[in-house]
Parts: sequence; structure tokens; C-alpha cells
Amino acid sequence: MSPTLSAHRCPNGHLHYPGHTVCPDCGASPTETVDLSDREGTVRTWTTNTATPPGVREPNTLAIVAFEVAGASVQVIGQTTTDDIETGQRVRPVYVEQLRDPDAGIRRSASQRWDGYRFEPVPGD
Amino acid sequence: MAVAIIAASMTTFGQRDSWLGDLLAEAGEACLENATVDPDAVEHCYVSNMASGEFEGQSGVMNALAADLGLVPAYTARVDQTSASGGAGIYAAWQSIAAGASELTLLVGGEKMTHVSTAESTDIIASLTHPVEYKHGVTLPSFAGLTARAYLERYDAPRESLAEVAVKNHANGVHNPHAQFQQAVDRETVLGSPIVADPLRLYDFCPITDGSAALLFCPAEDATDYTDEYVTIEGIAGATDTHAVHQRAEPTVMNGVVESGAQALEMAGTGPAGIDVAELHDMFTILEFLQMEGLGFAEPGRAWEQVMNGRTRRDGALPINTSGGLKSKGHPLGATGVAQAVELYEQLTGQAGDRQVDADTGLACNVGGFGNCVTTTVLEGAR
Repeated sequence: MSPTLSAHRCPNGHLHYPGHTVCPDCGASPTETVDLSDREGTVRTWTTNTATPPGVREPNTLAIVAFEVAGASVQVIGQTTTDDIETGQRVRPVYVEQLRDPDAGIRRSASQRWDGYRFEPVPGD
Repeated sequence: MAVAIIAASMTTFGQRDSWLGDLLAEAGEACLENATVDPDAVEHCYVSNMASGEFEGQSGVMNALAADLGLVPAYTARVDQTSASGGAGIYAAWQSIAAGASELTLLVGGEKMTHVSTAESTDIIASLTHPVEYKHGVTLPSFAGLTARAYLERYDAPRESLAEVAVKNHANGVHNPHAQFQQAVDRETVLGSPIVADPLRLYDFCPITDGSAALLFCPAEDATDYTDEYVTIEGIAGATDTHAVHQRAEPTVMNGVVESGAQALEMAGTGPAGIDVAELHDMFTILEFLQMEGLGFAEPGRAWEQVMNGRTRRDGALPINTSGGLKSKGHPLGATGVAQAVELYEQLTGQAGDRQVDADTGLACNVGGFGNCVTTTVLEGAR
């Protein structure tokens, strides 16, 4: 399977995650993907959620992370590996086979993927 | 064609024994009675509801209501825009009259939620999220925590200002006999309540609620045939924002609010300064700031000052959420946007009792998802 942290790039250089059928910025069809999983990003904001739905870890710390790729910016949301997180921190993606129990929530498990990437602080940052 | 609202009603919000069908019928029947209108005069009937299938295993609630209230063979449709279903229902009802398709339209919004656990209810609502959000366990409260942190850090706003939104809206809810919580809270209680989505705490969030609300619409030129106490829809517009919330460049700006607000105010031929009272979608305290700024009631990053200096209190220059807001009145998803207009109807026709403020024009902003779908409505009293 393809990496699950692929941003879509349109011919005009706009980057988006998740990708869409047409580019939200200019309406062009995205023509390539950019794998973000081996890059570092920066935490823009974060929260620790202590009232989580069925099948989700508790507490569940989440961050919105910005990646800069060749002059374009793209944002990703995801769980973090630690509850000790700060705005502005450098983080990197870590692959996780199952982010929540696919059979515990309301959404049909076959309708989407459940693997993905958590963010861990980059050592020494 | 100009459109009038000639009657309004709502059930008591809170934990109710009735299921959705009975809640809808309760509000709908009261609304028709308030206008002394025969059920068979209703030509269109819209039902605003997000998730009757998920909460109750009941679909087709609009047809059930038409049959229950004796509206058959009136045209009917369910309107779903998640938490903004009520505002979208006002839009549908307005369209039906404005287009000349109906001369009398009933709108009833409702939701039955409290019979499921908080975790289950949170999951049903979170099912509106994008798959890349849902798999991480992202919930609507977690969006609020992410955004509140971004706002406080970016604008150096005091945490107490968010607590003050809850304090203000609870103080208003004390005087609303239909509110879920008719109880004041103080700042210390809000700031000492358990963390739900850091930095937000339990009292920054609206409760889970059962309830229903209804409005009756007709052409403005016919309004006085029914009543002298009516309001007119001067402006109305809906707009969307991205599905995945993190795809917005600026987390503290809700573009759906900005777009729908600007269009509704332009249609009304006025601006933010022309609004006397507003009902905003305070599902989370931070949302009141984002809407005040998106609608032009405050500059970006400055809304928090207005709640701190009292401008948005009931005795201030721009009272916001005189009903108690979602925060203390409760938030039965599909009913909420309708109930916002019920409050404005009562304020603009002088029927708001202990909550009455001096107002000729009112604005309601109903937000679905985390700003994903928004409807803004501007009403004017006919007094």
C-alpha cells in the first residue's frame, strides 16, 4: 500500500493533505504526491483530549503540524507519541498500524484506513 | 418576495423522556397554535435534524411529523447540515416562501441525544470528520482545544476571558424557562472544572441535550393576516469551509462565518453596527470569539476584550446570547439554529420576559461541524 502521509501537489505547486479531486487553491488536478513521512514538521497548536470516543486512547494528545516542502506549506493533524508537547516544537512522523480500534466506533471499519503516523518530538530540539 | 416569521415555539431543553418524534410534534403543534393556524393550511414542512438514524434508528422523521401534525399532503423534507441544520432549515423555509413555492411553511428542528453515553454521542458527532481526522480520534471538542490554544497564544488573550463567556451565558440562561441549565456559574467554577480538551475545561463546552424548536413562515405581505407580532428576514446566507479543519491556513478564522455573515449583512443593507442583539453558536466558549470576529463585531484577536468589559452582557451595548446560548440553554443539534431564531423572534417582538433587551434588529449565526457549514440570518422586528 502507498504511504498514508502523502500530500498532493498540483501543477501550480499547491500542496494539500489530504488530497482532493481538484486543488482547493486553484482548481487544477493534482499530478503528483509528496511523501511527508520522512520529513520533520513544526507543531502549530495542540490539545490533550481527556473525553475520547469508543476505541480511542485516553488521554489523546493531538497536534496540527506544518511541513515546508520546496517553498510550499502543508498541514497535517495527528496523534502525538507523548503528552509533553509544545507549540513550535519540531516533530517527526512515526508509523502506527492502528491508531484507534476500527470496530469500536460508529464508522464502518472497511470504509477507511486506520493506520497512520503519530508525531514524536525530534531529539535535541 | 419578502418573508416573515409569524410564530415561534420551543420545548424545554434538557434530558427529556420523549423520543424525537414526540419532541418535534410538541414544538410544531405549539407553533401552529401560537399562530392560530389550521394544520392543513401548511404547504411546506421542513425538519432540521442531524442524526435521528444514528441516535435512534429512525429515519424519515419529516414524513412522520407531517402525519402527526395533520399536515398531509404538505411537501416535506429533512434538512441536515450537522449542528447547522437549524440555520439551513431557516434557509430552506425562506427559499420556499421567497420563491413562491409555498404560502405557509413550518420549520421544526430537533434532536434526541441524552439516551446514549457521552462517549457515544461524541462519536456520532465526530462521524462528520474527514477519515484522516477520524482515525486519530479527533472530536469536535478537540478542534476547540486546538483552536483555543492557537487563539490564546497568538493574541495573548487571558484564559479568564473564555471562562467569562460561560459566566455571561449562564447568567442569561437563569432567566430562560426553557434552558437546560437555569443556573449561574462563576469564573472560579469554570476554571476549576475538569479538563476536556486542554486548555478548555468542562464548563467551556455546551451540554448534550434533547429538545425541539419551531418557526412559521409566510410572505411578509400576508403577515398581518395572522398577527401583529412578527419579524421579517432581512438577510440570510449560508457558506462552507474545508472539510478537514487543519487545511485552513489560519486556525482562528472561520471563513464560513466570514462569508455567510458578510452576505447576510449585505442583503439586509446593514453592517455589524446595525445589529442590536445576536445569538452566536457557543458550542464551545472559543466559538463566540471566532464568530464575533468573523461577523465584524470585533477586530481579529480583540473579541475577548468585549466580553471582559461587559459589552456583550445583556445590559451591554451588544447583548450576545440572551437566551443563554448553547452553553446554558443546551444544544439539541438540529434544534439549535431554529432556537436561536426563536430567541430573536421573542426579543424583536417584545416577548422575552426577564431577558428582554431593547432591539429592532437581530443576527443569528449557526455553525455546523467546526465551521464547516454556516448560516447567518438577520431579522427585523415589525413593531
